[in-house]
Amino acid sequence: MSTQSPPITTEVEIVSVAEQAPIDRPDVPIPLRKISADEILSVVGALLGSFCLVWVLFDYVLPFGGGLGFIVSWYFAFLALYAGITGLSHPRPVVIDRVMGAVFIGMGLLVGFVLVTVVVYTTLQGRDVLPHWNFFTQPASAGSLRGPYNKGGISNIIMGSLIQVSIAVGISFPLGIGTAVFMTEVGGAFSRVVRTVVEAMTALPDLLAGLFVYAVLILKFHGHRNGFAVSVALAVTMTPIVARSAEVALRVVPGGLREAGQALGASNWQTVRRIVLPTATPGLVTALILSIARGIGESAPLLIVSGFTTFANYNPVDGQPMNSLPLYIFECLKSGEPREIARGFAAAVVLLFIVFFLFAITRFLARQKVTTR
Amino acid sequence: MAGSAESGISPDQPITIRATLPWADRVFRRGVSGVAGLVLALFGSIGLFLAYQSIPTFNRYGLSFLTRANWDPELDKVGISSTLLGTFEVAVIALMIAFPVALGTALFISEYSPARIRSLLISLVDLMAAVPSVIYGAWGFFLLMPHAKLVSRWISLYLGWIPIFRVNGDPSSATWAQSRFVNSAFIAGICVSLMIIPIACSVMRGVFAQAPLGEREAAYALGSTRWGMVHTVVLPFGRGGIIGGTMLGLGRALGETIAVLFIISLNFNINFRILQSGFSTISALIANDFGESTKPQLAALFTAGLVLFIITLAVNTGAAVLIGRSRSGAATEI
Repeated sequence: MSTQSPPITTEVEIVSVAEQAPIDRPDVPIPLRKISADEILSVVGALLGSFCLVWVLFDYVLPFGGGLGFIVSWYFAFLALYAGITGLSHPRPVVIDRVMGAVFIGMGLLVGFVLVTVVVYTTLQGRDVLPHWNFFTQPASAGSLRGPYNKGGISNIIMGSLIQVSIAVGISFPLGIGTAVFMTEVGGAFSRVVRTVVEAMTALPDLLAGLFVYAVLILKFHGHRNGFAVSVALAVTMTPIVARSAEVALRVVPGGLREAGQALGASNWQTVRRIVLPTATPGLVTALILSIARGIGESAPLLIVSGFTTFANYNPVDGQPMNSLPLYIFECLKSGEPREIARGFAAAVVLLFIVFFLFAITRFLARQKVTTR
Repeated sequence: MAGSAESGISPDQPITIRATLPWADRVFRRGVSGVAGLVLALFGSIGLFLAYQSIPTFNRYGLSFLTRANWDPELDKVGISSTLLGTFEVAVIALMIAFPVALGTALFISEYSPARIRSLLISLVDLMAAVPSVIYGAWGFFLLMPHAKLVSRWISLYLGWIPIFRVNGDPSSATWAQSRFVNSAFIAGICVSLMIIPIACSVMRGVFAQAPLGEREAAYALGSTRWGMVHTVVLPFGRGGIIGGTMLGLGRALGETIAVLFIISLNFNINFRILQSGFSTISALIANDFGESTKPQLAALFTAGLVLFIITLAVNTGAAVLIGRSRSGAATEI
């Protein structure tokens, strides 16, 4: 027990206990936050031991191969050795504690590793295309998708994405914020229904939004597969996201502020407009940016309501299709042509960059909020 | 500004107070509930429109639409039973992978990670949820599939006596048929699991973080190890969140389109062998066939969409109820 550092999170006075019950050990304060040499050495020993064991097994004994199998086997051998080493000098609860800790840390590392490989692999595959500046400045129709990299780009594709997402934000943001205000400020039995439906709709398959828009805008009203149809489909998928994250932002506004406003004679509307919404602004902006990040990468509805084209078209409501990043990436990657695939990956890097950039803004805003409070 | 004394004739009479909202408030409340109602109507109309579009299908094929396996609009034989099976196979495989990983990652972030980097880890998981699915699909197709093929072969070699892991042909032969192991439900499941891990993880972590501090410290005060504390306080407290997050992930997995579309080679056999090439899911079927469909085929695809809508709505509503319940109650007040 004493060798294990008790992970108590708050400062606890442990002096008075020693006075009441005299222990035969000398009065040494337990180091609360120090990691003992035993802990470090058993981890290192288990890591090295399992590596060597698996190495020998893989190279000389067993008939399997492959880097993936090696790492998996290494991890399990490590867990076994770690349990064994700890078991030599510690009781069972400590063994279980350490093994479970190693399992959870392993899971965390696995997820982090996957995220890193996704980003690194995408970037590596697109590295031949990205240095060509024309990739960002020329429309896709300026060169063949299968042609050399110094002709043609994705400027019209990026613009298409931006136009579609802007319209989608214009539709979904008022709807989402209005719903969130209704859920937090008005309340009642109906708001519980709305909340349940909104939460369920957050995970509605995005493809169905595409089907819905196709059925309504294109089949019913004889529309075309144009940019506006895409925007509406995106808005359908973004609205519940905006509503949910805006609701979270509104809910953390202290109730005391609302009551103070109403005690001063402000009406419900005045309280919301002058107190609640300004207080929640950083959270609402975060909600907005998160929904943009989701919307710009949304790809499933595009397969149904958007048409693929390499030609620039910046008018969302005429009868012509308007391409966007996710669809361009998908079509390029599925083509099987090496150059087209490379272009697809380069566009994927651009998309990833946009999403990461939007995310960085939300982090920045969140930090601002903490420091000003 | 409510209340007006109508007639102050008799001082003994209690004043009737007529509480009226100011007009600005009435407009505000009407407006906001109108917006909420509109959103509700929008989502309701998704189901209604899908149902309306699929009336011709049910008139034509009846219940055989649900029981028939093959999808041959040219032969006028259309059914989605094999597709439903594939949808659930992919979702279950994704869940089998995502559940332990999401749970472990959530526990790692909320209980084991150093407090200094915790907020960074949380936003990394959120970031992972925001990575577009087309990028996960590309990752799965170009990077994962060549590796997963070997894993599939290994499993079928050593665990092939279990029927679902069997693959046609002899996996131990010197030149094994690689094409039998690609495009399988197993690989699609791995790919989809990547997308639902961050979703499930962030729900679980949110609930774990709310486990009462008093009970945590009580466990430590009784001499518990960290795992003992997690096992007796955090996990029981977060049970609703664990189930809810998993079901939310299941809902996503059932409807995932792009990632599956990368892996899939559409095939309408009833295929229980998850390692073997050839399966189909509802969303992949719709996305794949939508472009080149005639009118009756479109109606059939809308019906497939309706089935998917009903399934995911049931799963997601269940998840929402469970998460809501775990958030509001079950906590002991200290």
